[in-house]
Amino acid sequence: MKKTTLIFICLSAFLITFAQTEDASARRKTVPVVSIKDIYGNLFSTADINNGGKPIILDFWATWCKPCVRELSAISDVYDDWVKETGVKLYAISIDDTRSSSQVRPYVDGKGWSYTVLLDQNSDLKRAMGVGPIPMTFVLNGKGEIVWSHTTFAEGNENDIIEVVRKIVKGEEIK
Amino acid sequence: MLAGLVQPGLKAQDFLRNSQITGTFQADAALYQPDAAMGITTQSLNGQPIRMNGYTEVNYEYKNFYAGMRFEAYLPPLLGYDPAYQGYGVPYWYVKYKNDLLEITAGNFYEQFGEGMTLRTYQEWTLGYDNSMKGLRVKFMPSKGITFTGVYGVQRTFWIPYENNNRGIVKGFDADFNLNDMFNGFSNSKFKITAGGSFVSDYQAGKTMPYSIDNKTYVLNLPENVACYGGRLNLNYAGFNFYTEYAHKINDPSKMNRYIYRPGDAILLDLSYSRKNLGIEVKSKWIDNFSYKSNRTYAINGLDINYLPAINKEHTYALAAMYPYATQTTGEVGIAGSVVYTIPKNTKLGGKTGITFEVDFSQVNSIRKTPINDSTFIGQTGTLGYNTSFYSIGNDVYWQEIQVDITKKFGKKFKGIFEYLYQTYNIAVVQGHLGAPTVYSQIGIADFTYNVSKKLSLRWELQGLWTKQDNGNWASAMMEITVSPKWFFTISDQYNYGNPEPAKQLQYYNVAAGFVYNTTRIQLAYGRQRDGIICVGGVCRYVPQSSGFTLTITSSL
Repeated sequence: MKKTTLIFICLSAFLITFAQTEDASARRKTVPVVSIKDIYGNLFSTADINNGGKPIILDFWATWCKPCVRELSAISDVYDDWVKETGVKLYAISIDDTRSSSQVRPYVDGKGWSYTVLLDQNSDLKRAMGVGPIPMTFVLNGKGEIVWSHTTFAEGNENDIIEVVRKIVKGEEIK
Repeated sequence: MLAGLVQPGLKAQDFLRNSQITGTFQADAALYQPDAAMGITTQSLNGQPIRMNGYTEVNYEYKNFYAGMRFEAYLPPLLGYDPAYQGYGVPYWYVKYKNDLLEITAGNFYEQFGEGMTLRTYQEWTLGYDNSMKGLRVKFMPSKGITFTGVYGVQRTFWIPYENNNRGIVKGFDADFNLNDMFNGFSNSKFKITAGGSFVSDYQAGKTMPYSIDNKTYVLNLPENVACYGGRLNLNYAGFNFYTEYAHKINDPSKMNRYIYRPGDAILLDLSYSRKNLGIEVKSKWIDNFSYKSNRTYAINGLDINYLPAINKEHTYALAAMYPYATQTTGEVGIAGSVVYTIPKNTKLGGKTGITFEVDFSQVNSIRKTPINDSTFIGQTGTLGYNTSFYSIGNDVYWQEIQVDITKKFGKKFKGIFEYLYQTYNIAVVQGHLGAPTVYSQIGIADFTYNVSKKLSLRWELQGLWTKQDNGNWASAMMEITVSPKWFFTISDQYNYGNPEPAKQLQYYNVAAGFVYNTTRIQLAYGRQRDGIICVGGVCRYVPQSSGFTLTITSSL
């Protein structure tokens, strides 16, 4: 136990030092390369997440997660307008495990959502991206860099997401 | 460890700049208090009213190199978590190298073959479940559309170190083929095929084991290697999808099956069709003697090699989740279907905002078991257990559910979700309450959201559960105020007004406030928590009732 604690403290110290040395010009985070699945059961590498240089929204959700469904429903109402205005593309990444992952495609279609849906059945991407409780939303700029992230959903949050996307399109700096 | 990987000539600054770190942090703390009405006393809290579960996970990535670890602390564990979690340490760490051809992981890893029928390791924090493997994993992608995976290691269970053969060594191999990617002429076909196969073996030393039952002691001969293998196929054409997976396990006498020598079988069939605004799914599962653990004496949650989730829909509304079904690994047959249909907005029937209907049905029965001969009872230890035929359906209903769900917007600001459920729950089998009558319950739920302004929204949940069995009727109400994006407040009450014992007609009130900033969420709550079963995926955990303060902090890096 003592040994593991020591390792932990050393690594934490390393990471904290590391975080300090990162200056503002350091590159922003990107999506880690992880193999998940598309809704046809094919393996899908997250390196293929792409929107031709336009902004991307990644939304971690699950069919059983009520706030997630509320968020994706709220966005769905305005999604066509968002796409027309900014060219944004939303990837809805389901963390449904094999209990409900087979329901994801009929559910998404039945809801009338027109997102690109991916399946992260064993939470591999969720872990790699440091996603805690869902929903969690990321906005990526045209270079695939993560410029904004947010956890939970409250009615009205969708306005914050599109504001960030608009800033990217206008080339404004995002804090 | 990390320093050794820096190549000569590479500046430290590059090493830092070209790498990235992600991480998560969560702390769940509680200050429990005695509550006379609920029967909670200082003694029943073991004199430990302050408890905390917490973890930090950090992942590091540099070019093709990955490493990560998770620190966990349970000081002491929250009520409802296994006391064996008491303590702290680093139960999870890994280093990984990955390129287009190869991926090698040393340390802990989470892996899933197919739908998990032969092997799945995973972690579920809310459940206190982690069966990660520690050892080696190699993935090999020789050409497009082909993936081979090999795993070798031992599984995690609480803080118990691997020693003295206290669990098995798990070896597994999986092959996954995407036929459209493998054959050039087939790559643009509308017809898509993926197939796979897996083989898993668990080695537990010890050829014999004494076993006592009914005052007699037997010596059981044991298979030291328990093999499990399976195949799977997915066919997709336009809106149609068909998936099937079959798995077989050799005889594996264990505490879970009361040490019978019958082999195990499991099959899953799933058919779906969908197009814009309509989704239909029907699936069925047949399971016979299919618990697969890397310690045959385990009957608690832990050391599961495979994953057999329940077939029914997972509920998150409190009263709909009152009676959660869990897979009966000794044998069950289930069917489930769902239809999701949206009448789009700006149509005659859908009105200005549209309307969504969802109907779900699920039923799980026993499988038909007959004695192997006249002198052996069904499931008798040390025998083949019983006979059954493939896809046999028994007469005992373990679970049935019908659910109807309507989501409707009333104008731009107001929307509602209405849900009705009828559940049949064999509490004697699922929760082991011998002799308890099956629970038949009707549940009604209304969930309204009203957006006062762009920043302020209100939400109400009204729920009722009506049953003549178990604890009788329940009513529940909740109100939530959200000030986007940072603040939320909730007040709720669950009232067991129909409990046959008047002293147990308790109110479980709760108030909570929370703050969200980017990826950090802090919530403080005060109130009572009813006892119940929390199920996530295939595993369930009993949570005793409690009263007091809880604080939850989650954050992502």
